[in-house]
Amino acid sequence: MDWQAFEVSIMLAVLTCLSLLPIGLALAYLLVKSNFMGRGVIEAIITLPLVLPPTVLGYFLLVGMDNESFFGSLFVSLTGQSLAFSFAGLWFASIIYSLPFAVQPMMRSLEMIEPEIREAAWCSGLSKWRTFFKIELPLAWPGILTAMVLCFSHTLGEFGVVLMIGGNIAGETRTLSIAIYDSVLAFEHQQAQTMSIILLAIALITISVVYSFNRTRVLRF
Amino acid sequence: MMLKVTLQQSSPIKLDVKFSCESGETLALVGPSGAGKSTVLRCIAGLSLVRHGQVLCKNETWFDSDARVNKTPQQRRVGMVFQNYALFPHLTVADNLKLALDKGIANSQYNIDKLLDQVNLTGLEQRYPAQLSGGQQQRVALARALARQPQVLLLDEPFSAVDKVTRRKLYLELNTLRRNLDMPVILVTHDLDEAAMLADSLCVIHHGKTLQHGSPEQVLYQPINSSVARQVDVRNILKGRIKSHNGELMLEWHHYVFSVSHLSGFAEGQYVVFALSPAKILLHQRVRPSRGVQENPVAGIIRDRVTLRGITTVLFSVALAEDTILQMDLPEHVAMRNQLNIGEMITVSLLADAIHVMAE
Repeated sequence: MDWQAFEVSIMLAVLTCLSLLPIGLALAYLLVKSNFMGRGVIEAIITLPLVLPPTVLGYFLLVGMDNESFFGSLFVSLTGQSLAFSFAGLWFASIIYSLPFAVQPMMRSLEMIEPEIREAAWCSGLSKWRTFFKIELPLAWPGILTAMVLCFSHTLGEFGVVLMIGGNIAGETRTLSIAIYDSVLAFEHQQAQTMSIILLAIALITISVVYSFNRTRVLRF
Repeated sequence: MMLKVTLQQSSPIKLDVKFSCESGETLALVGPSGAGKSTVLRCIAGLSLVRHGQVLCKNETWFDSDARVNKTPQQRRVGMVFQNYALFPHLTVADNLKLALDKGIANSQYNIDKLLDQVNLTGLEQRYPAQLSGGQQQRVALARALARQPQVLLLDEPFSAVDKVTRRKLYLELNTLRRNLDMPVILVTHDLDEAAMLADSLCVIHHGKTLQHGSPEQVLYQPINSSVARQVDVRNILKGRIKSHNGELMLEWHHYVFSVSHLSGFAEGQYVVFALSPAKILLHQRVRPSRGVQENPVAGIIRDRVTLRGITTVLFSVALAEDTILQMDLPEHVAMRNQLNIGEMITVSLLADAIHVMAE
């Protein structure tokens, strides 16, 4: 059992989730509330990682993170280290890769809130921010939770993108799914099995939590 | 003047509305669905924007297109009851009210109790909206609207989502409540009976335009023109012509010439529309002549009769007026005693006071 890989995976999943909470919410809110011209295009770009082969996405991200590229060189000048084949690069890639899993459920749950509820809050004297925190956020909570769980599980299991841009550096970019792949290649089936069971258990638990949470909410409202 | 509203625009929804409402007065905006009533309410609340106009409340300007003033709903102090109530589903009744109470109010529990008592909901503080009946939800919405101590109370079709029995109960409750409110109350409804029952004045809106503004009595029985008459569901709308007879202006209708109490403002030869209130057509008893038989007598044949809640509506055709069908409302016992059966001949009087003549 590769505990170091386990740690990297959990760390990556948690950080991706935490980053996607504000990013996803902001994007979802913007897309639901506004009706600008390029809305369809932006929605398509956000959803793209869902349909693109992970290797293709990984390739483009790798090119983008290259020290010669604009983004890669900017990162180097800011931090002094290269983005590709680093944990930071992996983190950034995971945010892009899991974006649709965050934005889509958040958008659906924000869309479900009737506009009158929002207006009733304004007429009750609540500012737009208070309306968001007191009314919209609690009502959209099931969607936000679903988004977080999906992002967590998805990041935990991500393979193609990680391999493309992270490589296989122990303690830095070597995640649990890469470790499983390595173990199988090295005929260490016992280790591969243990790690696979761990990933399976985590996936099962998180999904069950979401389902039972949403069920109790449905019963209450 | 407490609330003064002037709204004008040609698109996306055509609006040409002007009315005012005093403190403690209930004004009903009536008109068919899609007439723009709810839009007017939303403009007062600051939820919709109109091209031109003004919304003045007390001495404050809430909206003025010329002066480029447009206060947000939060700044306007309105209490709004939405058609579907729009209660916050994740909060209890008490929390729904607490959110609308001013943050500065010291004893919020006392205020919540007082508000719930005002709408007869004591004891339901800890329920969620989904655990309440339609009528209870409406009361919570009303209490929440009042929680902010609004300067104007806006009610958008507040009775449309409850059943008939509950509605009747809520009418009585609102009627009692509004007497204790010292703010203008604007009620939007497409139900005329509801409007006449609850409002001090009616404002008829059609295609976004104010057609008439006046007391329920005026609007329902003396509509200013045939459009208003049609909007307020006036029955027996007929066409006639003003005629001079022995120096007196009279109303000519087919072969009849009627004397009418109020004909000032009309000229001889003018084509007009007139309405006969079905409740004010006088039936001549067959056995003994009743008072007023000489007043505009008309003979007809009963074509149909319908009884609802003690009122019998008799439809009869007038042979001398190309078989035009007229409606007459009678107490059920009168219809029974006079044996008004289909096919029988009756004579009635169209009382001079009950003929309302309007411009076309």
